[in-house]
Amino acid sequence: MDLTTTYLGLKLAHPIVPSASPLSTSLDGIKRLEDGGAPAVVMYSLFEEQIERDLQLLHYHQDVHEDSHFEALSYFPTTTQYGVEADQYVGLLEQAVKATNIPIIGSLNGVTTGGWVKYARAMQDAGAAAIEVNVYYLPTDPHMTGAQVEQRYLEILAEVKRVVTVPVAMKLNPFFSAPMNMAQRLAVAGAAGLVLFNRFYQPDIDLDLLEVSHRLRLSTSDELRMPLRWVSIMHGRVPCDLAVTGGVHTHEDVLKALLAGANVAFMASALLHHGPGHIANTAAALREWLEEHEYDSVAQMIGSMSQRNVRNPDAYVRANYMRMLDSWKSTALPE
Amino acid sequence: MGSMSSNRRICTIEGNEAAAYVAYKTNEVIAIYPITPSSGMSELADQWSSGEAKNLWGAVPLVQEMQAEGGAAGAIHGALQAGALSTTFTSSQGLLLMIPNMFKIAGELTSTVFHIAARSIATSSLSIFGDHSDVMATRSTGWAMLFGNSVQEVMDFALIAQASTLKARVPFLHIFDGFRTSHEVAKIERLEEDQMRALIDDALIREHRARALSPDRPFVRGTAQNPDTFFQAREAVNSYYEKVPGIVQEMMDRLAAQTGRAYHLFDYVGAPDAERVIVLMGSAAETAETASSAINAAGAKTGVLIVRLYRPFSAEHFIAALPQTARSIAVLDRTKEPGALGEPLYQDVVAALAETGRIASVHVIGGRYGLSSKEFTPGMASAVFDELAKPHPKTHFTVGIVDDVTHTSLTVDAAFDVEDPQAVRAVFYGLGSDGTVGANKNSIKIIGEETDNFAQGYFVYDSKKAGARTISHLRFGPHPIRSPYLIQKATFVAVHQYNFLERYNVFESAAPGATLLLNSPYAADALWAHLPRAAQEKIISLGLKIFVIDADRVAREAGMGGRINTVMQACFFALSGVLPRDEAIAKIKDAIRKSYSKRGEAVIRQNFAAVDASLANLFPVEVPAQPVYSDAPAHMHVPAEAPNFVQMVTARMIAGEGDMLPVSAMPADGTYPSGTTQWERRNLADDIPIWDADLCIQCGKCVLVCPHAVIRAKAYEPVALEGAPADFPSADARWKELPGKKYTLQVSAEDCTGCALCVDACPVKDKSNVGRKAINMAPIAPEREHEVRNWEFFKQLPDTPIYDLALNGGNLNFNSVKNVQLLRPLFEFSGACAGCGETPYLKLLSQLYGERAMIANATGCSSIYGGNLPTTPWAVNAQGRGPAWSNSLFEDNAEFGLGMRLAVDTQVAHALDLVKRMREEIGAELADALVAADQSSESGIAAQRGRVAALKARLADIGARRAELLDLNALADLLVKRSMWIVGGDGWAYDIGYGGLDHVLASGRKINVLVLDTEVYSNTGGQSSKATPLGAVAKFATSGKHTPKKDLGLLAMSYGSIYVAQIAMGANDAQTVKAFMEAEAYPGCSLIIAYSHCIAHGIDMTRGMYQQKLAVESGYWPLYRYNPLLKAQGKNPFTLDSGAPKIAFKDYAMNEMRYRVLSQSHPVEAEAFMKEAQAQVTAHWERVQALAKS
Repeated sequence: MDLTTTYLGLKLAHPIVPSASPLSTSLDGIKRLEDGGAPAVVMYSLFEEQIERDLQLLHYHQDVHEDSHFEALSYFPTTTQYGVEADQYVGLLEQAVKATNIPIIGSLNGVTTGGWVKYARAMQDAGAAAIEVNVYYLPTDPHMTGAQVEQRYLEILAEVKRVVTVPVAMKLNPFFSAPMNMAQRLAVAGAAGLVLFNRFYQPDIDLDLLEVSHRLRLSTSDELRMPLRWVSIMHGRVPCDLAVTGGVHTHEDVLKALLAGANVAFMASALLHHGPGHIANTAAALREWLEEHEYDSVAQMIGSMSQRNVRNPDAYVRANYMRMLDSWKSTALPE
Repeated sequence: MGSMSSNRRICTIEGNEAAAYVAYKTNEVIAIYPITPSSGMSELADQWSSGEAKNLWGAVPLVQEMQAEGGAAGAIHGALQAGALSTTFTSSQGLLLMIPNMFKIAGELTSTVFHIAARSIATSSLSIFGDHSDVMATRSTGWAMLFGNSVQEVMDFALIAQASTLKARVPFLHIFDGFRTSHEVAKIERLEEDQMRALIDDALIREHRARALSPDRPFVRGTAQNPDTFFQAREAVNSYYEKVPGIVQEMMDRLAAQTGRAYHLFDYVGAPDAERVIVLMGSAAETAETASSAINAAGAKTGVLIVRLYRPFSAEHFIAALPQTARSIAVLDRTKEPGALGEPLYQDVVAALAETGRIASVHVIGGRYGLSSKEFTPGMASAVFDELAKPHPKTHFTVGIVDDVTHTSLTVDAAFDVEDPQAVRAVFYGLGSDGTVGANKNSIKIIGEETDNFAQGYFVYDSKKAGARTISHLRFGPHPIRSPYLIQKATFVAVHQYNFLERYNVFESAAPGATLLLNSPYAADALWAHLPRAAQEKIISLGLKIFVIDADRVAREAGMGGRINTVMQACFFALSGVLPRDEAIAKIKDAIRKSYSKRGEAVIRQNFAAVDASLANLFPVEVPAQPVYSDAPAHMHVPAEAPNFVQMVTARMIAGEGDMLPVSAMPADGTYPSGTTQWERRNLADDIPIWDADLCIQCGKCVLVCPHAVIRAKAYEPVALEGAPADFPSADARWKELPGKKYTLQVSAEDCTGCALCVDACPVKDKSNVGRKAINMAPIAPEREHEVRNWEFFKQLPDTPIYDLALNGGNLNFNSVKNVQLLRPLFEFSGACAGCGETPYLKLLSQLYGERAMIANATGCSSIYGGNLPTTPWAVNAQGRGPAWSNSLFEDNAEFGLGMRLAVDTQVAHALDLVKRMREEIGAELADALVAADQSSESGIAAQRGRVAALKARLADIGARRAELLDLNALADLLVKRSMWIVGGDGWAYDIGYGGLDHVLASGRKINVLVLDTEVYSNTGGQSSKATPLGAVAKFATSGKHTPKKDLGLLAMSYGSIYVAQIAMGANDAQTVKAFMEAEAYPGCSLIIAYSHCIAHGIDMTRGMYQQKLAVESGYWPLYRYNPLLKAQGKNPFTLDSGAPKIAFKDYAMNEMRYRVLSQSHPVEAEAFMKEAQAQVTAHWERVQALAKS
């Protein structure tokens, strides 16, 4: 059984790829992922905004009290080297490239042009096989138009493409007015792959404290539905690779992603839950299923149930909820 | 190693860095302890060592923080005896604590140099500023004393001292003036390693090692001797001292060969045929030299003899340096020895002249100058020369003050001016928080290191921590700058805060025709009518050229918040002409990139944007020929109703005119009136809290946490509202014990610092707008006028006395946060930082026990915001009573407080004895009641107060004729129980004062100890103490503290007889109140350890109380009370007041920069620290839990 797949020009042993998560924040973690059967690793995201914010806070908390009082011209040691988080990231990436035999994909979330350029190039120089551009961005400005938001994505891609030669994937959010058009334009602009979708941290409300709370909730297989739809729609129409992320927990989920048209299925929550060994287990289950169902290869099935390839393409697009409710009734209710 | 790695010889550094640089390069063991103004040397040595910078021999010196300066001296003594090149840095009281070891080190002829930023010694009051009284107190120790007079000399003499001590075997104090030299930034030539090697003889180092203790060639050093030999043994050292002057001169000559800078033991400068000569040492020598040369240019014959090697004093060299023509000599000492025939240098000079016979041909006078960094100007030096010209010059004079009591002072011509006409002299008025000083230090670096100009910077800071004002004095010019005094005629004045125009005389130092740069909210064409009238007049009379910029707006738009430093710096360069404008801008940007390269792109980008926007927003102002009507209110430094002393003395200090106050204005013994902060309305806040009477539940939490006691609550009869301002807010009091009363929560807008802790503490949320609370911050401008009016009305509403309701049979006990809010704080409007975590505890203490409290306060933050003039916060209630507060020293505070306890006990006993002896005269009933009084409750205390009043009245009736009656009258007040407190920070309690604290705790005496634990030496700038937690970054723990915090509570509990409470107001305020009440009620010693958030934690100070909560929720800071009284009841004395950890230690720690910086700088180590710290927190939690269960 040929489980190999190709993503961003990288030949991968199978399509189950650990995506950005805390598992890839240490060399040991990355090695464990490799040992667990990962065909490639997307490293955790380097958040430029967070680095900048930390530095600015540091700057503020130090400087605002400095040079005020005769006895204490400062309150912290001054020679400490700050802002090494980015260097650490790049260093870890470099170590991971050397210590493993799998491609390491850098993941970057920038906020400034300078940051995108600087860190993207640093990742390439450190040996990143590709770069995933993670545009984690909520447009809350009422004056900002959808077109401007789209333009921002295109500019960031262009900026990064300008300074690196390795393939660049774009991680998208699901809230574009015209996702197909957006995907099309990104692919034309040189995106080697699209990752569907970015999973925003969703705020919650604490009823006892009447405060907004942020608790990380791991994904479930249910979340696979949305990326599944869009991958199926994009496959064969958008000229680049596709990755599904969010809700991939089991070999069934992987199968669905492949059938819909994904080149790879990203996994994070399931690995946090079950450990890195879950990759190999899932790959084994995948192989078993494929063998059982007499497939020759993964390549054979990728996109085989994309919107273009199903008998009823409307099933992906005209999924209005009345019909879904009907179908639910028909299966859930006793005859 | 920062600047140390540069190959360029030119550098612009402070005196402290100059000394530390050589000390670090030439030593192996460095023991340190923070004390102002020498802390900078210790901090640099520690930072270099943690950065693994190497000394001359390629080794990284070991830097060890000690628990006290005495400990540092002891450690150095040991290190020296074991053969290492060793040094330390200190000042003032720190040096005094080293004296015992200094005798030992000198007695054993041991080579070492201690570098001293010389500072005043605390007498009637503490002073952190510069003079020679500390080093003069060590004259008898047998150490050589070498004075460096400028930043360059500090670097040079640090090396000369080190080289000399190795050869002479006599230890050296290398001395320079605290602040004036230690903190002056100057352009100097750095000594390179080869130059240092040329002076330091490695063979001598081997000899030093060969003299060390070694079991391979054992000997005994440190014997005890008897009358038969001790004397001779002391005299055996003489020949070593005789050789010192020659050795020092040899090293000076070797340095001259290396650098071209020639020094002598005594350097004479001035007319070769001078008749009048000033002899002095320290930074003032340059000033005297400048004055002499100006006077000589006008035909006079004067000179200055600069003493460099003061001990051993070589009479031979001194006489050789003194011109033969000298007829009249003034010896200036920067110290005071009350009762002496003259100050030390004067006595030495007289002795030298007498021993050499020169005394017959000269007249010598001695005088004092410059105590506690009092300015010494060329005009003052000139006044001394003038005095020398008189037929009968005054001796034992003072210069620089007006002594209208004993008439020692000389008259000084204030107009005497010797400034270099080619130099730019710039004075900048700013706030600490606006970054003015940092930008100016940057400018000096740019000009000093990037141009051929010479540069000098000196900075004057505030004595208050919140809203601290800074004044920067910068000189630049083509000639070397030898002016170690503040600028008197500035060619450029920058006012970085517009409101300074009304508050301070910013024109004081402006020269005619100077440029005035003003950060103004008013545009150039609108400015004039808003300028205070006095400012308009000054600007016209001085012919100033004005430029304005709305720097706050420009900075805000560039994303820099309140940091206007870069904006104002760009304007300075644009206007001052020190550099061509474009070049200046480019260099500022270079400097920004260098300074902030570690801080990330955003910071650099914002600064660049600010620079670029500055020049476009800088506009000249056309100055009219005449002043016009001004809408600016006239500023009064204190209100008219302030007491006379405050009007006459305090107000002038507030106005920055303290230098003008004559001797007669000063209390001779350091006794000042209490409660003077109420007269200094500092108006610091941009936003103030506004009370919402409808939402408020009257819980009192905001009142409790307010660090500056500006939020007050009163419950009063509705009738008291008569005459209230129309908008005076009031609500029905929500106390079942106070039916029918009204309640008002009032903020003193003009005393508020805007810290917003109150808003964070408020538990109420508006149901229709959850972000809104019962107290909310709002811009002060529209609120100020009526809030001030309401505050004035509020103040005259009656206070609730602590005993009143209980006395009247009511049941309102002040054992809850809600009730405590009604008690008037007797600690108010201190100079503490906005949002201070310490002061709420002190305020609570003052509310509960203030009117009968005696407080011994250790030196540190609490003694500075508690006792630094001009105004002090410990206040007085309507009955004229309030906390009696004093600060002795840092190290002795527990003992100091115990002494107070003993004094009260003995006087109470005597008073009771007198009452019993005079039972019949007093009246048996009153006497018996006085003796038998139960003062275990506030009402009991109030009753006793009534009896004491009756006693005094009775004694007055009897007529105080007999000594016993007079004595009893004098002691009567002590019959009311006093509340005795020992207060200090963790530096005191955990480190320097721990021995004494332990002893006092063990004494069993009834005394309360309050430790305000900020987990660092906050006052001196955040150095690590034994209270600093594992993994936290602090100065002296640059890469995170590697050992855990000492558990002071457990140590105290081990006695079994001490009441111990660990509290954190932000986590459980009720437990805090309970702990104070139990501590006071406990019949023996009590210890309260109070978590105090601090700016040194690098936190969002508006959320300080929240951090306290997290500290407790993480289990890091368990709340508990250990009450030995419970044992007698068969109960567990230990009560755990906080629940099991709810959050990880990391979730608390990562909100604080002291932990977070490490994850930025050393992520791997930081992660390891976090794991270890969590393990410790867990283990500690299990320990306290076991105690609670046992």
